Amino acid sequence: MTTQPTPSFDVQTGSDATTISLSGAWTTLHLAAVERAFLRSVKNAAHSIALNLTGISSIDTNGAWLVEQFNRKADALGKSCTVTGASENAGVLLDTVKNRPKSPEKQKPDPFYITLLYDIGETVVTESRTTLHIIGFLGEVLIALVRSCIKPKRFRTTAFFYHLEHVGLRGIPIIALLSFLIGMVLAYMGAQQLQKFGAQVFVIQLVQVSVLRELGILLTAIVIAGRSGSAFTAQIGAMVANEEVRAMKTTGLDPVDTLVIPRVLALLIMLPILGFIADIMGLLGGALMVWQSLDIGLSGFIVRLHETMNINNFYVGLVKAPFFAVVIATVGCFQGLQVTGSAESVGRLTTTSVIESIFAVIVIDAGFAIFFAAIGI
Amino acid sequence: MNDVILSLRNVKTRFGSRVIHDDVNLDVYKGEIIGVIGGSGSGKTVLLRTILGLNTHAGGKIEIFGKQYHKLNTKEKHKIEQRWGVLFQDGALYSSLNVMENVDVALKEYTKLSSATRNEIAMLKIFLAGLPAESAELMPSELSGGMRKRASLARALAMDPEILFLDEPTAGLDPITANAFDELLKTLQHALGFTVFLVTHDLDTLYTICDRVAVLAEKRIYAVGKLDEVVKNPYPWIQEYFNGPRGRSAKPVPCGEK
Ligand SMILES: Nc1ncnc2c1ncn2[C@@H]1O[C@H](COP(=O)(O)OP(=O)(O)OP(=O)(O)O)[C@@H](O)[C@H]1O
Ligand SMILES: [Mg+2]
Repeated sequence: MTTQPTPSFDVQTGSDATTISLSGAWTTLHLAAVERAFLRSVKNAAHSIALNLTGISSIDTNGAWLVEQFNRKADALGKSCTVTGASENAGVLLDTVKNRPKSPEKQKPDPFYITLLYDIGETVVTESRTTLHIIGFLGEVLIALVRSCIKPKRFRTTAFFYHLEHVGLRGIPIIALLSFLIGMVLAYMGAQQLQKFGAQVFVIQLVQVSVLRELGILLTAIVIAGRSGSAFTAQIGAMVANEEVRAMKTTGLDPVDTLVIPRVLALLIMLPILGFIADIMGLLGGALMVWQSLDIGLSGFIVRLHETMNINNFYVGLVKAPFFAVVIATVGCFQGLQVTGSAESVGRLTTTSVIESIFAVIVIDAGFAIFFAAIGI
Repeated sequence: MNDVILSLRNVKTRFGSRVIHDDVNLDVYKGEIIGVIGGSGSGKTVLLRTILGLNTHAGGKIEIFGKQYHKLNTKEKHKIEQRWGVLFQDGALYSSLNVMENVDVALKEYTKLSSATRNEIAMLKIFLAGLPAESAELMPSELSGGMRKRASLARALAMDPEILFLDEPTAGLDPITANAFDELLKTLQHALGFTVFLVTHDLDTLYTICDRVAVLAEKRIYAVGKLDEVVKNPYPWIQEYFNGPRGRSAKPVPCGEK
């Protein structure tokens, strides 16, 4: 099988007839050698063509198809083409292949500016529709939440605790580490800058305000969007692709009740807790750096913190957590339910879900900042 | 006719402590269609996967084209992969590619044919598998169960393989399409002389196109041979299989018998 002669063909043109003799192995792996030249030879051939297959050592359907394609091309050019010398096998193959209908005509693609305009329009329409859908879905989730409060029987306790563990407990290390590092960086950079004015002591205030008010909870929300929001989309998306969600519906299980509510609730409970941990760790990171660079020990840090602390900063930070939680969980679950059946769409929607929820988190955060500034907290 | 293209010797497979195959021995000859039958869960799909190197076997020897696939290096493995075609039980189409692109995957990877010719060949295979030309542009998730089977067959045929592994190709097809499938397999097999390793529950397929039948039971190949020999095997499962209500109705009536 390995040392087959490569396929070749030999053209002999007479005055009004062309004979093309094929030889060698006309099989899939060898065809590339002759394909183009063979199909081109039909153009220069005389009006009547004879294809002689006697010299062929072996042929498969793909080789037979090439012969048939040659035939059709000759037909299209108004030339007559006869195949001779086909072995019994080749004959069977040629007959099998002959029945294939013509491929449907491909439409010419539109010029690029039309497709560009079309794409822009389509994106605008789908994006605004998606936004509406997400808001509708949020409403659906809230109703389901209320419903499961009224009828706690519908509530999936096992799933809820599972997600509490995976969203919350297992998220603690990464969030603690990140906010610790951010606290350190803040204190370090702040100390360096404030030193120029001899105002190093205000570093503690800087760390306190930025960590408690903004960074602790924002960082937590962004990490959770990347970590759990994406997981929600992928889990639910894979279930949709596998028709599990349809199976659920036919059994009378509501996907919102079974899949979405436990996730939303778990995040709703865990995000404030994680945000709190992030706050503490951020302050600790700051304290470490302050001790390092300003030589103020932990007790000094705490005293100073106590003096300058406005507890409102802490509340302002944490009050945002439930909003972030609902948005992240809703977007994650929503995108998961949009999956259409291909593995590729699971991946694409997971990306979309992370981008959208981080975007929403930051927009909401900005909204809160303006709001609190306006009411003067 | 008597070259062995695939041979299994004392093959054992297990998942954890659960033994699926204990001692499988089977020779598949070049150019034959061998039907593999066995109860649901008897390990036909696992056997197929093991031959294809997707599962490791716990013992024994599997030789395909005279080589032990799992011991080859990547390049030699590719050589073998070009020579076999596989239809998985649930289709296993690439969900992000449309039907034509699915068929095209191996052609693109292993041949240097122009994309126009590859498309033509893909359309040919789609036609041979009995799918309408319009379905070439559809995504797998837009196909019916039976269409997915046929798209998967088209993909298996893309490279004109020397051996074709089919896992229940006619399950889920309507009887007319299933018949057409049998016909197609027979025609192609006659013309191309390839070998078919056919896992099936379809008695009609067994009767019409299989040269030999192998029965997988009791964790090994319990019986193998021409259909009329296997039918006489006293093993209860085999008797029930061929002489149950479905088995009897599929049996072709020999001439002279009423
Ligand atoms: N990945 C796996 N891990 C553990 N056990 C498995 C795995 N795959 C298959 N099995 C077990 O191996 C056994 C044989 O399965 P297999 O899929 O080969 O059955 P089959 O003969 O193809 O059945 P069917 O006719 O229903 O397709 C089954 O009992 C199954 O539970
Ligand atoms: Mg199976």
